Amino acid sequence: MRKACCLVAVFLLCAGVLAQPGALAPEHEARYYALLDELRCLVCQNQTIAESDAHLAKDLRDEVKKMLQAGATDSEITEFMVNRYGDFVLYRPPVKPRTWLLWFGPLVFLVIALAALAQVVRKQKSAGSAALSEAEQAKVDSILSRPEE
Amino acid sequence: MCTSARLLLSRNLGMSKYLLPVILFFILTSFLFVGLYRDPTEVSSPLLGKPVPQFSLPRLADSEAVFSQDEFLGKVSLLNVWASWCVACREEHPVLTELAHRHEVILYGLNYKDDTADARQYLIEHGDPYRASAVDASGRVGIEWGVYGVPETFVVDKNGIIRYKHIGVITWRDVEEKLLPLIGQLQNETL
Repeated sequence: MRKACCLVAVFLLCAGVLAQPGALAPEHEARYYALLDELRCLVCQNQTIAESDAHLAKDLRDEVKKMLQAGATDSEITEFMVNRYGDFVLYRPPVKPRTWLLWFGPLVFLVIALAALAQVVRKQKSAGSAALSEAEQAKVDSILSRPEE
Repeated sequence: MCTSARLLLSRNLGMSKYLLPVILFFILTSFLFVGLYRDPTEVSSPLLGKPVPQFSLPRLADSEAVFSQDEFLGKVSLLNVWASWCVACREEHPVLTELAHRHEVILYGLNYKDDTADARQYLIEHGDPYRASAVDASGRVGIEWGVYGVPETFVVDKNGIIRYKHIGVITWRDVEEKLLPLIGQLQNETL
């Protein structure tokens, strides 16, 4: 009986520890992790605030958690971050005139490359099918009929 | 025949064929060249041109007294984010001291995520250039200001609008080339 009690106590302790990072309602949890993956840590810029060990990242995680618990929507939370840290805090920057080059630049380059490729292919085709004039044909024949040395 | 055909070809295509890659090369290298002199860790703040955030914190010298955004009204001032654990802050401390004493710039401090006793000790050891420091032990007010690295310094105008943010250590050169001219200009603005 005592053993069983001990086991239960240990189990409850473990559960408590495991539940710690959550302390979030299950319906909030998925949104919490999705949001953390969208937000850049400004201290180590190539990490999200989910990945980063920086103090600021932890503070921002706590802030996201608090806002979720207070009933904020996802867009309210990202807006909160953008208002303080700028668009750079978002891993997917919004589409607006300033970011058009960023969003559509690669597409423009692809179109240019495809157009250039098409032109090259067309040119090669037309060059290949060009018929020889009579004089040229005669010259080709004379070269080809030359005895091998 | 063959050579003349090649000549003809090169006359038609040659210029664009050889010039285009050269032009592309120069466009690419000019982007890279500009990139060499930019610091990607300096992210411009969306707070520029906006009023200072609302906050209310205890003062370092007297934890009963309140430091709030109203402190910034009516004068040009600087808010320097510092901490006793911040090594880079030690580097800029003499510059801040000079700014406050010789150039009579009004300097406030935001003591960021620090131990209050350590912070007081730091100012005893290195001198206190701040008119007052606000204690932001949790870093929550730092988030309101968009702080992501210490030290950071904000220039606030007479209307309490944030006009400039300096990220990292302030050097003598920053003082002479940026801060003093800007402060002078802001002081000439009317309320």
